Amino acid sequence: MEWVNAIVQGILLGGLYALFAAGLSLMFGIMRFVNLAHGDFIVAAAFGTLLFVDATGVNPLWALLPIVPIMMVAGYVGQRLVLNRLSGKDILPSILVTFGLSIILQNLMLEQFSADSQRVSAGTLDTSAISLGAGLTVGTVPFLLFVSAIVVIAVLNWIFAKTAIGRQLRATSDDPETVGLMGLDKRHLFGIAMALASAVVAVAGVLLAIKTNFDPAAGPIRLLFAFEAVIIGGLGSLWGTLLGGVILGVAQGLGAQIDPGMQILAGHIVFLVILVLRPQGLFPKKRGS
Amino acid sequence: MSIQNWARFGLLILVVAILVSGPYWASRGTMRLLIEVFYFLALAQLWNLLAGYSGLISVGQQAFVGLGGYAMFSLAMFAGVPILFALPLAGVLTALIAWPTAFVAFRLSGPYFAIGTWVIAEVYRLVFAQIPALGGGSGISLPAGLVKAMASGRSARESLTYWIALAIMLVVVLGIWILMRSRVGLSLSALRDNEEAAVSVGVRTRSLKFVIYIATAGMTGLIGALIFVQKLRITPEAAFSVTDWSVLVIFIVVIGGIGTLEGPILGCILFFVLREYLADLGAWYMIILGTISVVIMLVEPRGLWGLILRWRNITLFPATRRI
Repeated sequence: MEWVNAIVQGILLGGLYALFAAGLSLMFGIMRFVNLAHGDFIVAAAFGTLLFVDATGVNPLWALLPIVPIMMVAGYVGQRLVLNRLSGKDILPSILVTFGLSIILQNLMLEQFSADSQRVSAGTLDTSAISLGAGLTVGTVPFLLFVSAIVVIAVLNWIFAKTAIGRQLRATSDDPETVGLMGLDKRHLFGIAMALASAVVAVAGVLLAIKTNFDPAAGPIRLLFAFEAVIIGGLGSLWGTLLGGVILGVAQGLGAQIDPGMQILAGHIVFLVILVLRPQGLFPKKRGS
Repeated sequence: MSIQNWARFGLLILVVAILVSGPYWASRGTMRLLIEVFYFLALAQLWNLLAGYSGLISVGQQAFVGLGGYAMFSLAMFAGVPILFALPLAGVLTALIAWPTAFVAFRLSGPYFAIGTWVIAEVYRLVFAQIPALGGGSGISLPAGLVKAMASGRSARESLTYWIALAIMLVVVLGIWILMRSRVGLSLSALRDNEEAAVSVGVRTRSLKFVIYIATAGMTGLIGALIFVQKLRITPEAAFSVTDWSVLVIFIVVIGGIGTLEGPILGCILFFVLREYLADLGAWYMIILGTISVVIMLVEPRGLWGLILRWRNITLFPATRRI
C-alpha cells in the first residue's frame, strides 16, 4: 500500500513538473531557445505570491490575478528588448545571457528575502484531502496542481490548434523566414510566445509557493526537473511533457520510498536511462503532423 | 623571427620567469592567491576550449573537478598512493570516467547539452553524498601525515604546490595554443565557421569533439585533485559546486573574451582584482559580475579582448592564419 501511495503521490507531483516543463518546451519549440533562468523565474513568481499574500492576507490562489499579467508583460518586453537581439544561428549568446540572468535573479532574491526557506499557507486547503477509495487519500493541493497542469496544457494546445495567433506561432516554429515573407513580424510573435511561456511560469510559481518550501537558490533544480520532463516526454509534444513530468515524479516518489536520500537521484537516473535508450523521448513530435 | 615575434617571445619568457621565482619573492598570502589564480585560469582556458573553440557549452565541468578531488583522496587514503603520484593518476581516472559520461552527454546537443551536463554533475554530487567511506554528505579530511609526506617542512610543501599549480596552468595555456596552431585548431575553426563545409572536406566532427571533451575532463580532474589537496578537505557540496567551478569560470571567460586565448587571461586578472575590492558585498558581488557578463554578451560578444581588438589588432598568442 505504501508503494501504491508513493506512485499516486508521484503522479500528482508530476503535474507540477509538467507545469515547469511546459514553459520551457514552449520557448524551445517556437524560438529554438533555452532559458537557463527558467527555474529562477518560477521561484521569482513564488516570491511574488508570498509578497501578495503578506500584503492582502487572502488565499494565495488570488495571486494569479496580478502575477500572471505582470509576468506576461515582463516576458513580452524582455523578449523584445533583450532576447530578440540574441536569436540567431549561434546559440552561445542566448545560453550565456540567460545563465547570467539566472545568477543575477538568484542573488537579487537572496538580497531581498534572505536565504530562509519560505512557505505560503493556503489556509484549510493545506490540510484537506480527497478520498479516492480503496484506502487511498490524496491532498487537495497536489490534486488541484495536477488538474491545473492538465487545464494549462489543454488551453495551450487549444491556442495552437484553433486560434489565428496559434497558427502563426506554429508557422514561426516551422519556418521563421517564410513567416516574415507572409508579412508577419517575427519579433512580435517571439514576444507573444514569451508572454505565453511567462504566463505558464507564473502559474507554476504560484502553485509552487502553495505546494512546497522554496528559497532563492531553488531555481536551478526546477530548471533541471523541467528539462528532464521535456526530454523524457519528447520535444514538441505538450502531452508528452505531462507524461514526462509524471514519470519523473513517480521515479522520485519510488526513490524516496527506498531511501529519502535517493529521491532526486532516482529521478535523474531514470532520465539518463531514457536518454540513452530513447534519446528522441517517448512521444516525439512527428514531422508534418 | 620578426621583431614582433621576438617581443612576444621575450614577454612570455619574462612572465614565466617572474612566476617561477614566486616562492623566492612572494609572501605566503600572495602565493596562496597566485595558486588560486593559476587554477582558475586553467579551468577558464579549458572551458573556453570546450565552449569557445569546440561549440560544447558545458555547465557541468564541476563534475570533473569533483571527480578529480575525490579520486585524489581515495587514491591517497585507501590505496596508499603518495600524493605526488596520485595527482596525475586522479586526472587519468577522471578522464576514464568521462568516457562513458561523454556517451550520455553527447546524446544531447546545443542548449540541451548544457543542461544535460549539469544534470550529470548533479548525479555525481548525489552519488558521492551516498558513499559512507568518503564521509557521505559531510565530507572527509586528508590525514595530516599524507600531506606532510609531500615535502619536508611547510614552506617546501607550499612552494611545491605553487610550482605544480603553475606547471598545470602553463601546460594548459601553451597546450591549447599549440593545439590551435595545429591541424586540430584548423579543423575546429572550420567547424565553427561552417559545419557542413567542414564535414564535407573530411573533418570528423564527432570524434574530434569527443576526444576534446575527454581530454578537457582529464585536465579538469587534475586541477580538481590539486584544489582539494590544497584545501585538505572535500565535501560533495564544495567538490561539485556549480557556483565555484562553472558560474565563476564562465563569467571569467565571457568577461575576458570567449574564443580567444588572451580573453580568459584578461578575465581572470579582472576577476581577482574585482574580488579583492568587492567580495565583502556578498550577493551584490555576484549581481555585479552577472550584470557585467550579460552586458558584454549583448554589446561585444568577444568580451573585453574584443574591445581591445576594435581599437588595435594585437595578439599575444598568434593562432589565426592570414592569407
